[in-house]
Amino acid sequence: MSTQVMSPATTGNAAPPQAPGNSHTPPESRGKGSKSLPYLLLLPTGVLLAVVLGYPIVRLVVLSLNKAKLRDLVKGTESWNNFANYTAILTDPTFWAVLGRTIIFAAACVVATMVLGMLLALLLAKLGRVARLILSISLLMAWSTPQVTATQVWQWLFDTRYGLVNWALVRVGLTGFDNHSWLAAPASLLAVAGIAVVWGALPFVALTLYAGRTQIDESLYEAAGMDGATPWQVFRSITVPMLAPIITMLAALSTIWDFRVFTQVYLLQQAGGVTSETNLISIHAYRTSFSGNDFGGGAAISVVMVLVLAGFSVFYVRRMLQEVQS
Amino acid sequence: MNPRSRKFLGRVGITGVAMVVTAIMAFPVYWMVTTALKPKTDVFTRDLTLFPTTLTLSHFKRVVADESFLRFAGNSLLVTLVVVAITMVVGFLAATAMARFNYVGRRFSMILILAVQMVPLEALLISMYVMLDGMGLLDRLMGVMVAYLALALPFTVWTLRGFITNIPAELEEAALIDGCSRLQSFRLILFPLIAPGLVAASVFAFILAWNEFILANVVLLSKQNATLPLWLASFQSSFKEIDWSGLMAASTLFALPVIVFFVLVQGRLHEGAAAGGVKG
Repeated sequence: MSTQVMSPATTGNAAPPQAPGNSHTPPESRGKGSKSLPYLLLLPTGVLLAVVLGYPIVRLVVLSLNKAKLRDLVKGTESWNNFANYTAILTDPTFWAVLGRTIIFAAACVVATMVLGMLLALLLAKLGRVARLILSISLLMAWSTPQVTATQVWQWLFDTRYGLVNWALVRVGLTGFDNHSWLAAPASLLAVAGIAVVWGALPFVALTLYAGRTQIDESLYEAAGMDGATPWQVFRSITVPMLAPIITMLAALSTIWDFRVFTQVYLLQQAGGVTSETNLISIHAYRTSFSGNDFGGGAAISVVMVLVLAGFSVFYVRRMLQEVQS
Repeated sequence: MNPRSRKFLGRVGITGVAMVVTAIMAFPVYWMVTTALKPKTDVFTRDLTLFPTTLTLSHFKRVVADESFLRFAGNSLLVTLVVVAITMVVGFLAATAMARFNYVGRRFSMILILAVQMVPLEALLISMYVMLDGMGLLDRLMGVMVAYLALALPFTVWTLRGFITNIPAELEEAALIDGCSRLQSFRLILFPLIAPGLVAASVFAFILAWNEFILANVVLLSKQNATLPLWLASFQSSFKEIDWSGLMAASTLFALPVIVFFVLVQGRLHEGAAAGGVKG
């Protein structure tokens, strides 16, 4: 889901108070009827997930192995085509261009989010209570702005004729930006989309890193201060190593979200921006299916996307399990 | 300069930096709201002011008076409420099983819940469309509801599991010993304690269902079944000049309730976490 939609996800995970000494293995089953009761409680969730998420996963794989146009789907005339969808995309230069573009876009977003998020976390740690509260509220506002809205507001800020960005650039003397169209060139369209993505993702990363920073024993910093360590040394040898588990988890999550980006780029394309050279992998799969009427091909692209993401996901799931068990 | 005043100056400097950062992060939301409140002549102009003095509610009135806005808002509200309600009930049951019972396959079910959270909707878009088509749920609010339910459940179960685990089971046991039935102990002991957790978890389901665009974009084909995000996106048309005043007013009505709700709940959540830590 939206990436962004997914992002509120993990706060909940970070937030619930973990009372010390509370063991995470549940107490032994009590009372009669306990044997079947847990399964009964799990049943509705299990059925829903199996039907609405499990089945589409299987269906996706099957689709990717079949020739499936819209007519085939309606009439049930899909037919096995011997991995033709896969050989077609793997020999298609457009697919490789899309994949490369997606990787560069995601990498740039992840790096920007992590670096700025860390700077914000350090800033939060240095602030007094009131200033921290004010900054936190502005972060929560950016975090909770729906993706559709965020994209449209950033598009409005970068508007060709009446946008604030062009107005400000002209005011500071860069008159070349008068009536500059940001959506006309692939790189600048993706840059505007990237700004919307990073702006929305930054708060979660910053607040999570800050929460981790508050858990570090202050005596470590006091000792370093007495030894005359520079701020950079303190950061390198205390903050980063202590936060390493959180940093890696956030980087994995950001990679997963930014590799899936759809809405921001799609909406900017709809607004008249360049389309062919700005498609990311999720949009490419969508267009192959719905505009190109090749549901098998689109499914194959989606499968590639899932495979790329699976590695990062396994990493994340393992970390979350460790956290629960420690 | 003595160390004390140096420290003070450092404080002032860092607070100044923080206020600049605050302004930058909050600016898009500020610009959305002020654009919605400005008269058109102050919006479509080459002579912008950061702090508008003439304000008007006319754009908001125009949006609210639009029949389609009310219909789409109603659709969005219906979808969201149904998804939140069902997710909470179903998720609470599963979370209770994971937090309170030792059953065969518990670890496996937890791994599954985590793994399912990672399934990208963007990749399932095509097969979900095909599936909903097969179920006759295309272009029906029911179709997106079913999908959002499944998408919101894993996170809800995981979060509620965390909350329930942190409530000592001894409380319920004491109630059982005092003669409560199992149902009574759930209702009288566990439920009131879990209420803050339910609110926190419901934020996620709420935001997901209220904001979702990608799936709605392919499933809700006809205009009368659209949800608010689809309607907002329909302002984007390369063929005509965008009505930024109207769009920003509509965006404000769409986004501001979510933002306010989130800031309140999330803020309390952080406080709660801190308080719990101290009490330990």
